[in-house]
Amino acid sequence: MEEIILLKRKATEIRMELLKMIYEAKTGHTGGSLSNTDILTVLYYKIMNIDPNNPNWDERDRYVQSKGHAVESYWAILADKGFFPKEELETFSQFNSRLIGHPNNKVPGVEMNTGALGHGLPISVGMALAAKLDGKSYRVYTLMGDGEQAEGSVWEGAMAASQYKLDNLVAIIDRNRLQITGSTEEVMGIEPLGDKWRSFGWEVVEVDGNDIEQLVDVLSNTPATSGKPTMIIANTVKGKGISIAENQVGWHHRVPTKEEYEEAIKELSQQLEVLV
Amino acid sequence: MKNVALKATPGNKIANRKVISDTLLELGKKDRDILVLTSDSRGSASMVQFGEELPQQIVEVGIAEQNIVGMASGLAHSGKKPFVASPACFLSMRSIEQIKVDVAYSRTNVKLIGISGGVSYGALGMSHHSLQDIAVTRAIPGLDVMLPADRHEAKKMIEALVEYERPVYIRIGRNPVEDSYVSEDYEFEIGKAVTMREGTDITIIATGETVRVALDSAEALEEVGVSCRVINMHTIKPLDEEAIIKAAKETGKIITMEEHSIYGGLGSAVTEVVSQTCPIPVKVLGIPDEPAITGKTAEVFKHYGLSVKNAKAIALEMTSR
Repeated sequence: MEEIILLKRKATEIRMELLKMIYEAKTGHTGGSLSNTDILTVLYYKIMNIDPNNPNWDERDRYVQSKGHAVESYWAILADKGFFPKEELETFSQFNSRLIGHPNNKVPGVEMNTGALGHGLPISVGMALAAKLDGKSYRVYTLMGDGEQAEGSVWEGAMAASQYKLDNLVAIIDRNRLQITGSTEEVMGIEPLGDKWRSFGWEVVEVDGNDIEQLVDVLSNTPATSGKPTMIIANTVKGKGISIAENQVGWHHRVPTKEEYEEAIKELSQQLEVLV
Repeated sequence: MKNVALKATPGNKIANRKVISDTLLELGKKDRDILVLTSDSRGSASMVQFGEELPQQIVEVGIAEQNIVGMASGLAHSGKKPFVASPACFLSMRSIEQIKVDVAYSRTNVKLIGISGGVSYGALGMSHHSLQDIAVTRAIPGLDVMLPADRHEAKKMIEALVEYERPVYIRIGRNPVEDSYVSEDYEFEIGKAVTMREGTDITIIATGETVRVALDSAEALEEVGVSCRVINMHTIKPLDEEAIIKAAKETGKIITMEEHSIYGGLGSAVTEVVSQTCPIPVKVLGIPDEPAITGKTAEVFKHYGLSVKNAKAIALEMTSR
């Protein structure tokens, strides 16, 4: 089977897994986890140089999930990659579980604790700068939300990445156009987003963030420009893959009912059937 | 007990920030992972020479305190040993969430040096005073808090911290502080208070620049026949509870002195221990809950009773003499 199909199948399976986690735990950030699933799938199954058996390997690529709340797809992928046993996913959000509602670096494969927005980029700038100082070739990837762009610390990090010419840094914005209160442009407009990042000295590339093929293409060709950090604005659909949740602000952290869950799994199974 | 406390004040002209910079420069030449991060604070942190001699080991972040802490945590996570040198007023407030999450919660080996701390920015006013930093930082799990008493302790503290793989907030003042120690010839251990002077009637527990005031107060008390112990609590967290309990049991009365709000700092830490283990009278001396008066450190200290005169009067009252 060709690679793109396999990646698409993987993303669909991850969606099924994360929905199960959220449905069983009765908590979770459904919309954002579904919108970022394709991005994470391409990073973890195609792009990043990582070793689940040696999660702290010095030369590994780093991933910092700045939009920490959309963690369910991340847990599902780390488990599937073998960073921890898959059965542990059943403990998601349960008492004293390490699989909490935000990335937790007590879990192998997670670099940093995140959850407070606007932190991931400055951290990633530090990691990328360390690689430059040490002459190491690893890359640093960070995923931000679009609502997160209102945090001032994002732009502090943006300036520093450009100042230090961190072309080993790739930031991705999950541009699903919705945040908890409503559309990003109503809550606090961020457009023209690409121009903002360009004016901060970044090379900006826009893609369909739910299109595996486009993501593979763009992420395989970084830095987009040598000497500059790369910003990938990934235009996504919040709630992607499940018709009732797609582009619905109410699904930011809504938990599906039994009927909705069964319907969603059916829908994803059908998507999987045609991916051959 | 070995006498480590200096009796008279000789007029030291070397600020702790200078000693810290010299120490980091010396250690940085041997360990290339030691980095200094500044937020346009290279001059006020006395790091100009460090930057000139080790240009690859100084990282300028600009006036961006959130980013400086975030970047430091990323650098530390990748094996570097970052020392952030940024004004205490901004570092402990503007970037407190990065300190809580990126440094303490993520357990990154970041050393945060709050420079120009307390009231040492003097006339610049409340925006530039840092009188809540101990309260805020000591409430964060996983973060240690330290204040050196003088240049000798500042040097020994930095040497110890280079080998210490935990997040730490260190607060120092801007100006030269009179020596409290005779020399560097004493044992410094993180988390272990130094009994600067033995005493049996009362104990003064001080930290940072108030240690010198405490020593002078004890001297003045001795002249009137009161035996005053002086404990230098250079590490506020982890707190040396043993030294506090011992002082409470042996002297029965405690005065605390700090360049900090009376809320949440050393005085609070001491009373938390004393009230739960060995309840005795404790008098907390510090800055009251108001925008601190402006002036030189000595003037501000005097105004708020962080003085020999006031400590002596309170000690005499507490010992009923």
